[in-house]
Amino acid sequence: MAETSFDVIIIGGGPGGYVTAIKGAQLGMKVCVVEKQYLGGICLNWGCIPTKALLRSAEIFHYINHAADYGLSAKTVGFDLKKVVKRSRDVSDQLSKGVGFLLKKNKVTVIEGEAKLNGPGKVEVAEKGGANKALTAKHIIIATGARPRSLPGLEPDGKLVWTYFEALVPDKMPKKLLVIGSGAIGIEFASFYRTMGSDVTVVEVLEQILPAEDAEIAAHARKEFEKQGITIITAARVTGLKKTKVSVTASIEDGKGKKADIKIDRVISAVGVVGNIEGIGLETTKAKTDRGCIVADEFSVTAEPGVYAIGDVAGPPMLAHKAEHEGVICIEKIAGLSPHPIKKDQIPGCTYCQPQIASVGLSEDAAKKAGLEVNVGRFPFMANGKAIALGEPDGLIKTVFDKNTGQLLGAHMVGAEVTELIQGFVVAMGLETTEEELMHAIFPHPTLSEMMHESVLDAYGRAIHI
Amino acid sequence: MPIQILMPALSPTMTDGTLAKWHKKEGDAVESGDVIAEIETDKATMEVEAADEGTMGRILIAEGTEGVPVNQVIALLLEDGEDASALEGAEKAATAPTPAPAAPAPAAPAPAPTPAPGPAAPATAAAAPPPAPVPAPPLPPGAPPGVRLIASPLARRLAAERGFDISRITGTGPHGRIVKRDIESAAPDMGAPMPSQAAGAPPPPGPAPAPIQPPPPRVSTGLAQSHQEIPHSTVRRVVAQRLTESKQQVPHFYLSIDCQLDKLLALRRDLNAKSPDGAGAYKLSVNDFVIRAAALALLRVPAANATWTENAILQYSRPDISVAVAIDGGLITPVIENAAGKGLLDISTEMKGLAARARAGQLQPEEYQGGTFTISNLGMYGIREFAAIINPPQGAILAVGAGEERAIVRNGALAIASVMTCTLSVDHRVVDGAVGAEFMAAFKALMEDPVDILL
Repeated sequence: MAETSFDVIIIGGGPGGYVTAIKGAQLGMKVCVVEKQYLGGICLNWGCIPTKALLRSAEIFHYINHAADYGLSAKTVGFDLKKVVKRSRDVSDQLSKGVGFLLKKNKVTVIEGEAKLNGPGKVEVAEKGGANKALTAKHIIIATGARPRSLPGLEPDGKLVWTYFEALVPDKMPKKLLVIGSGAIGIEFASFYRTMGSDVTVVEVLEQILPAEDAEIAAHARKEFEKQGITIITAARVTGLKKTKVSVTASIEDGKGKKADIKIDRVISAVGVVGNIEGIGLETTKAKTDRGCIVADEFSVTAEPGVYAIGDVAGPPMLAHKAEHEGVICIEKIAGLSPHPIKKDQIPGCTYCQPQIASVGLSEDAAKKAGLEVNVGRFPFMANGKAIALGEPDGLIKTVFDKNTGQLLGAHMVGAEVTELIQGFVVAMGLETTEEELMHAIFPHPTLSEMMHESVLDAYGRAIHI
Repeated sequence: MPIQILMPALSPTMTDGTLAKWHKKEGDAVESGDVIAEIETDKATMEVEAADEGTMGRILIAEGTEGVPVNQVIALLLEDGEDASALEGAEKAATAPTPAPAAPAPAAPAPAPTPAPGPAAPATAAAAPPPAPVPAPPLPPGAPPGVRLIASPLARRLAAERGFDISRITGTGPHGRIVKRDIESAAPDMGAPMPSQAAGAPPPPGPAPAPIQPPPPRVSTGLAQSHQEIPHSTVRRVVAQRLTESKQQVPHFYLSIDCQLDKLLALRRDLNAKSPDGAGAYKLSVNDFVIRAAALALLRVPAANATWTENAILQYSRPDISVAVAIDGGLITPVIENAAGKGLLDISTEMKGLAARARAGQLQPEEYQGGTFTISNLGMYGIREFAAIINPPQGAILAVGAGEERAIVRNGALAIASVMTCTLSVDHRVVDGAVGAEFMAAFKALMEDPVDILL
């Protein structure tokens, strides 16, 4: 008879759930994870990781196509889409297995099946094999994640209108592609398909692409995308999709009411994600929801004692690293430790298009709207030795400081490898450094990171290389 | 090149002080040995004498500036033959972030080094930067390291801007780190504009405005009762900080004992009657007897003459008795060194001198630092008995009440006797109950049979 009583049951084995499970086990708890499909969740199987694998193929393809810029020659450049996709799937499989191994190593019980709360402390599981199981635990953590949002009239059909699920495993390259939505997901796919040769149009309902990013950074990125041949239409909406067997005609209406139709092979709907709050027995508890997410406090406690919510299902920002951190704080609190609540204003965000985007903290506009006086520093890739040597002269690093206190409020980057740079500013913000400590820090030469230093210097009129 | 006059270190532990007063103006001639300024430190006001001669070229730190770090350039002295133009470069150099440590001839050599006046001083010496003119006394093995203040750079800056004393703020970050939110939540309690600034006096152009902590206007009724703001003196701050630390960190316990004083009072009367008129006149106080009795008792019970440190208990061979003296806005504890080795008359004379200079704010640092045991006497106010707070890093303090006639039982019958209640506050880390009691018994025996005190 398998164990049915646990200290903690975690519903969902995504990045939030599995990390929380491992942490719980390390803290000496008896932990069970119920996952209905894939260990590692969307992130590992249908999100962060497989897209990075595809984008890596696209990046190398791009370099080979530009080999002459580096004095190299490459003839008959091409790709085998099946192999590109297979590589991406292999990467996901490898990591998903790795998660399974980690959970086993930490003696976490993993049950494959769909879990449903049955009142506080109780979970019913419909196992994959068809059996039902009743589990009990003092603490139940909901980590069910999110799924693509679907807008009326633009519903994905899995054939012509894709979500990220289909976009990750194309059987052939669409000649013409429409991407609805210019958040991280939409822009990454636009970047991938454009680099691989598709004719890509991006439609964004707001004035700015990458709406979560600093306006100046987004504008810079937009220029780069347009240079690559991506058509970008902002302040516009797709009002309808007319489908034939093999193509789609999309009606696009801009803010002034001007309409235009475009014909495309495929559509990717990337209009955001919504929390998975349905069908998990939430109604058998006192837990409350708001706009598609479960309401929880700074330690992820819901309105029902003993029931917690972490990650995407607990609200934005819907990012794997936020889910992991939230989960660790939640389980440490359950274990009676005194963790510090997550600092939501210090969660970095990365988009792995070409050029990359990375940011943390307040944008310049947001800081000003908050009534703060700011010092803003900027440093272009064009003036950095390493960037020139890499052949990556397009990009910008921007820093925003509180003029009165010297607090680093935000950092925003566009350009090569910036997703690997942003952590420096994340650490700086977390430690509450001021411009002074950053100015005194020595950045190695020659690196792209020198631009971080120069951007800080520039915020105080002290930049050297511009 | 003008001579830089540096903020002197008046004691090995001094890190900063208040530039209380300038005695020379710019342009005044300065002779070697002239008093050029007064510096207020923890507990005393010191005169700064010029070590060189010349003309006062420029005063860089205004009168009244608090928290001037040791070794900061406070003024520039023009040598004979130099004119004011020489000041330009020198001033720049002087105000540069790190003034060259090889500054020529600091104006005021700190008072004689007195390396480690009693082993108590080094306990705090570890925290202080080495003062330039005085070679830092070697640290004895086992001296606890200085307490590092853990605060984020942003928190430090915000505290400085708001004039907060960051060491008084409780950190809520990881490992008690002081972070931004701690400064912000401390704000309502700790910041208010100084009324006197509004009254017209321009604030001193010194580095940072004086930190101000008015009493928190917390009124339980919610009514904003009118109040007067009394800015903290350096003494007030030190008293507050050290005594709070002591009461919070030192496990105190208390032992009280009654001493019958009739024999001692008779002896005192006899001795005072022998005082010559005019030169050499003396008047021994009860407190002089208490000082000597305590010192002799400590010799008999040396375990009570000790200090707690992280690594070891430091047991002293010699009782150096600190005596609490009330001064304007606080108190100070001048030290009678080696009180067991001094006669009553010596103690009495020395005590009178120390008390007078304490009240005038003229004590030298080595005169109030480094005692091993403190006596606080409130008998003259009619206080019957009280329990004092230990004066760190010492291990004990004796609180002395009034000697008064009380009804006592002697040989089964009521009688009248002069009785004084004394209470010893003890650091239990250093001294256990039995040792404390042994000391009190020895003290009582000496007080009640004072012939031994004379020996």
